[in-house]
Amino acid sequence: MKRLKKIWAWIDDRSGFTEIFMPLIKHPVPPGSKWSYVFGSATLFCLVLQVITGVALSLLYQPSSSEAYKSLQFITNDAAFGNVLRGIHYFGASGMIIMVSIHMIRVYITAAYKYPREMTWISGVILFFMTIAMGFTGQLLRWDSNGVWSSVVAAEQLGRIPFIGKWAARLLLGGDTIGGHSLSRFYSYHVFIIPAIIFLFVGYHLMLVIRNGISEPAKVGRLVDPKTYRAWYKQMLVEKGIPFWPYAAWRDVIFGAITIISIILLAIFIGPPKLTGAPNPASLNANPAPDWYMLSIFSLFALMPPKIESYMIIIGPALTILILLALPFVSNKGERHPLRRPWAVFGSVCVIVFVFSLFLLGERSPWSPAFEAKPLTAKNVHSTDTTVIAGSVLFYKKGCLYCHRINDQGGFKGPELSDVSLRLSPADLTIRIVNGGSNMPAYGGILTKKELNTIVAFLNSRNSK
Amino acid sequence: MNKEDDDIKKEPENEQRRSFLIKLSLGLSFLSAAVAGVPVLAAIFAPLIEKTPKLWRKVGELNSFKVGTTNLVTFENADPEKWSGVTSKSAAWLRRDEENKFTAFSANCTHLGCPVRWEADAHLFMCPCHGGVYYKDGSVAAGPPPKSLVQYPVRINKNAIEIQTSAIPITNISA
Repeated sequence: MKRLKKIWAWIDDRSGFTEIFMPLIKHPVPPGSKWSYVFGSATLFCLVLQVITGVALSLLYQPSSSEAYKSLQFITNDAAFGNVLRGIHYFGASGMIIMVSIHMIRVYITAAYKYPREMTWISGVILFFMTIAMGFTGQLLRWDSNGVWSSVVAAEQLGRIPFIGKWAARLLLGGDTIGGHSLSRFYSYHVFIIPAIIFLFVGYHLMLVIRNGISEPAKVGRLVDPKTYRAWYKQMLVEKGIPFWPYAAWRDVIFGAITIISIILLAIFIGPPKLTGAPNPASLNANPAPDWYMLSIFSLFALMPPKIESYMIIIGPALTILILLALPFVSNKGERHPLRRPWAVFGSVCVIVFVFSLFLLGERSPWSPAFEAKPLTAKNVHSTDTTVIAGSVLFYKKGCLYCHRINDQGGFKGPELSDVSLRLSPADLTIRIVNGGSNMPAYGGILTKKELNTIVAFLNSRNSK
Repeated sequence: MNKEDDDIKKEPENEQRRSFLIKLSLGLSFLSAAVAGVPVLAAIFAPLIEKTPKLWRKVGELNSFKVGTTNLVTFENADPEKWSGVTSKSAAWLRRDEENKFTAFSANCTHLGCPVRWEADAHLFMCPCHGGVYYKDGSVAAGPPPKSLVQYPVRINKNAIEIQTSAIPITNISA
């Protein structure tokens, strides 16, 4: 033991470990920094988990447009613990996005971005968007049909950038079309370029945390005054500060460990997302949808008025980034406590409700045609009239059932028609079908008069659930 | 700052030397970065520099398409890399309007590029992503697409139908 201690003393003396790191590890933090402070470190734990599992996945993955899908199948079905590894990386990404979001909301609600922590906030905003970018590029690396088509969707969004849109789309895909360069690029974005930016800003973010200290818990009536804050904070640490390790860090470790264990359990019991079809851009039976953290934006694209959408696809994200970056410049002093900043709390709640509602809508995707719809069952037609039955068949064949619901069958895009005859007369129905509407094709040029009358007869028989 | 540093600063000769050393160090750093950066930037911006050729690809025989029908055709992109595998393929919806008239529609929805499907009985193209719908002539019938389906050049070459390889149509902000 004595010998080991001696060896460690030599290593420590020559490496400077204690001298360099102990002041950092044991730096004083304000008292009362409790459980609401654990989300930043939990994000960092998730990042470390992502790096480790990402490196492991890279040992098995083939970053080539022609081979990536096969290697994903190998990882999922054949490699030892490959499926769990994929699962950890997937849920780790989800965990990181959840933790960074909660961390950001906590910092906003308690106004911890105010003087002198403006740059900590700005680097945090950059890290937030880089985390989302990592999630999205990671989804593309699955390189199944969903990955291929999602990359086209991303290129289309970049295409809306004024003047340089087409170039940006080309740069993303590595050419005019999906091809050999596409996956190599996504791999480089996901494995080298974005992580390099993340490492840079995580280092900077942590350096600022050490330099400016973590924000003290907000107190009603205690204002941030840039003229006196630094001196006050320094004095407060001298008088009341407690060493970060272990008196504050234990909460970070416990919460971080729970987060990591939860991610691993989810990976084992739920597993990674199933792979869709092969990455064939000529196979059109794909239904591209992003992973859950991008689903709210995907929903927004369906719900925005088409006239402003092309503009909002670019202006929306640009404005969001600008507002977040401008925040500490607009308000960098004064009250920090949420009770004295009710609009900040209200705004945060609104954003959370808005994003969560869009997510729930995205899960249901009522705007998408229900291609999986089957012909109406006899129970749902509930008629022996041959015209009505023929109308029900046409209702399916002409695609009406993709968007309209009859009892428990059909889509959600248009109004439910189970009892439409109680609302609309045959003449009204005919006008609607022939002329269509803002969200319905005009079937006047598609149906023959006989077909139209048959469908109207069917709909006119819809008078109960 | 110690006395020695003060002396160094005060002497004009040293000031000149200091200025020279700063310029030399920064200049050499910049030069090295610029020289090393050329191939790096070339790799990043290669897709903008390299021109993709446009080629006519045969997608079928004339008599394999009935007048009034719309069919899915697939073809190989121009100049695909050897490691592209199945990703070197593209698809289009080919409509035979008349005996000697064909229209080839891009399979990408003009809203966000998702793959539109032709519903033959309904005579409509439908997009699974956000519910965009197009008529058989490619014009918008419903949903968020800002413009009609993009058409690819198509020609009859002897007895073969050929489509010209094209870029994925990217909708711009003013669409």
